[in-house]
Amino acid sequence: MSGQAVVTGLGVTAPNGTGVPEYWDAVRDGRSGLGAITRFDASGYPVAVAGEIPECPAERELPERLLPQSDRVTRLALVAADEALRDAAIKPGDVPEYQMGVVTASTSGGLEFGQRELQKLWGSGWRDVSAYMSFAWYYAVHTGQISIHNGMRGPGGVLASEQSGGLDTLAFARRKIRAGTTTMVAGGVDGTLCPYGVAIQTAGRELSPCADPGAAYLPFDAEAGGCVPGEGGAILIVEDRVGAEERGAPQIYGAVAGHGAAFDPEPGCADGLYRAARAALDDAGLPAAAVDVVFADAAGRRDLDDAEVAALTRLLAPRTVPVTAPKSMTGRLLSGGAALDLATALLALRDGVIPPTTGTSPGRADDRIDLVVGEPRAAGIGTALVLARGRGGFASAAVLTR
Amino acid sequence: MSRRRTVITGIGVVAPGGTGTGPFWELVTSGRTATRRITQFDPSGHRCQVAAECDFDPAAAGLTPREIRRTDRFVQLAKAAAREAVDDSGLTVDDRLAARTGVAMGSAVAGTKSMEAEYVVLSDGGAHWNVDPAYVSPHMYDYFLPSSVAAEVALTTGARGPATVVSTGCTSGIDAVAHAAEVIRDGAADVVVTGGSDAPISPITVTCFDVIKAQSVYNDEPARACRPFDRTRRGLILGEGSAVLVLEEYEHARRRGARIYTEIAGAASRCNAFHMTGLKPDGREMAEAITTALGEARMDPGEVDYVNAHGSGTKQNDRHETAAFKRALGEHARRVPVSGIKAAVGHSLGAIGSIEIAACALAMEHGVVPPTANLREPDPECDLDYVPLDAREHRVRGALTVGSGFGGFQSAMVFRDPESASEGRSA
Repeated sequence: MSGQAVVTGLGVTAPNGTGVPEYWDAVRDGRSGLGAITRFDASGYPVAVAGEIPECPAERELPERLLPQSDRVTRLALVAADEALRDAAIKPGDVPEYQMGVVTASTSGGLEFGQRELQKLWGSGWRDVSAYMSFAWYYAVHTGQISIHNGMRGPGGVLASEQSGGLDTLAFARRKIRAGTTTMVAGGVDGTLCPYGVAIQTAGRELSPCADPGAAYLPFDAEAGGCVPGEGGAILIVEDRVGAEERGAPQIYGAVAGHGAAFDPEPGCADGLYRAARAALDDAGLPAAAVDVVFADAAGRRDLDDAEVAALTRLLAPRTVPVTAPKSMTGRLLSGGAALDLATALLALRDGVIPPTTGTSPGRADDRIDLVVGEPRAAGIGTALVLARGRGGFASAAVLTR
Repeated sequence: MSRRRTVITGIGVVAPGGTGTGPFWELVTSGRTATRRITQFDPSGHRCQVAAECDFDPAAAGLTPREIRRTDRFVQLAKAAAREAVDDSGLTVDDRLAARTGVAMGSAVAGTKSMEAEYVVLSDGGAHWNVDPAYVSPHMYDYFLPSSVAAEVALTTGARGPATVVSTGCTSGIDAVAHAAEVIRDGAADVVVTGGSDAPISPITVTCFDVIKAQSVYNDEPARACRPFDRTRRGLILGEGSAVLVLEEYEHARRRGARIYTEIAGAASRCNAFHMTGLKPDGREMAEAITTALGEARMDPGEVDYVNAHGSGTKQNDRHETAAFKRALGEHARRVPVSGIKAAVGHSLGAIGSIEIAACALAMEHGVVPPTANLREPDPECDLDYVPLDAREHRVRGALTVGSGFGGFQSAMVFRDPESASEGRSA
């Protein structure tokens, strides 16, 4: 065992692509998955744009028994986990059952399922409520279902730190790998695109009211006016490097070199984000100068973007390192967002291409950072820094190396 | 470099029967129970009408009017418990320590109470699928986010290190503390304020357990509704509450002369990968978690002087964990006292694991094992020493607690007197 955790498989469900090839094509080309909300009549809502995932064929391949007992988002998580395992060429039966664990991030469990059952309870009475309600809407549902679906009996975890949770699952997985677990399934798939879920999100006053999908979410733009909600995320397969090499893993996307987290209740969390990034680099044993690209949290609101730029310019000299926010093409995916950024960063490391931030105008982008806007940028990149903030003061950072 | 070790130096509890660690310990060692007919809503017509409720007044517990307005009840319980825990630890979280102090809170269903109450308004009593967002409370997003409990505990305690919520259902209260211990061991923090909190007593949660017939139906005998390991048992009884612990790196605690309750010597979680709500009777995965936790602690089964059982009061659970104890502890399972406190304080989902850790720490501190309340007619298939009805004086130098939850999660945590371990290890 080397003690170095590496990522050997990726699975993605995102508004602009289900499956890694489709998603990565879209992201490199700057193709957005944002559009008008179609899932329900949102005309009375102060938000009009979202990143919805159309039904994908892989959902229909899941066992039929899952349909009545799971929320759509849980099925997307299962689809992503299946893809990640295939990508890593791991057949769950080949690994000892206690040597495979699962950790997912969550903020909302299966809320659409929950809304439906709440309507039954309050509309017609408790006897009409589904027998699956006790687990289909709680936060641990993805981890439980992935574990059952794949016969994984090792460590199980569920972390909730709002948008930053996806990064924290990687640190959790790395700890378990270092303690001897062979294979960890980690990441997050999230979303609340049902009427009640979107209504709840509007209370956070972070969403953009703009009805133009091309202009609703403009990270680091002088005209940024909020973000848009989305659904989806990514699942990663994490293994020990030596173990992965010995079993002949088809690829090693990169190493989980460092992780850091901090709490900072100040608006914008600039100091917390800086401390988290610093801790992640220290953990990786790398200087800030080693960072080749930053995947930003990119809140899309002026004050929050300013705070992130303040953290970045404190960490790295201004405009020395490319910064990007591909989540401008998916919307913010709650705990799925940072997990998807991890997958995107690993694909960028593999192909030497930094995907662009869309929507944001080059002329209006904050000039204290080198934001990759409009077009992808070819670059020899060996080290990526992924940043995430969670509402209320959570900050996390991960350092990935090729 | 020797491994960084983690000890408990502060305890705070808000549980049914009383606010504060003192009233909690008094209740669980008395053999009395705090289960009663539900008062938080009218339970008439529900299959189960009993729960263990906290008579908790957030203002009396020191929360400000704004703190109360912006938080769900499960967060309020946690803030009160966190304050008591930090006071108990004697720690001053100053600027230097703040960045080295983390938070890891467990919760299974988080802001469900607010989520249901708001839903009723936005949907006008369930009349509409599409809701009216104009009626949404300005704090609703924070009520909804499970992470708000970690953020609010950080605000209460001044912590500015790594913070998160662990939400593995009914094992959250153990898993959050295990996570906190790992954060300290990794060196990412020297202190972590950790524990669990849930306030699930609302129509939707009671319904969740009603529709699968998991709750007791002894509505006419509310104080005797939950009967773990008893052959007349009929199911679990929901509870609410919070326990918060101050976890500290051992040398950090020693340097400042802190009172040390116990050491978190080992912990493990396993999934049964079997069924979201079902358990296999063989207890294999729970046994595996116990064995792994003991291995991490480098303890033999014989060094476990007390087992705090999950003891939820369902037949499925009682037999499952009895099998797990026998499988993991061997012959010692028949000698060691095993007891559960859920008959007294209810099953508070993501909180109870931490409340039970507090019970283990207090059992070690006082040399007293709390009883299994309401155990009058032992189930012949559950043939261990479950300490029925009355507390027992018993020296506890090593203890084990377990939890089992929906999703298949099985968790175990092992405690020991840190002094006894350091003697052995320095040799």
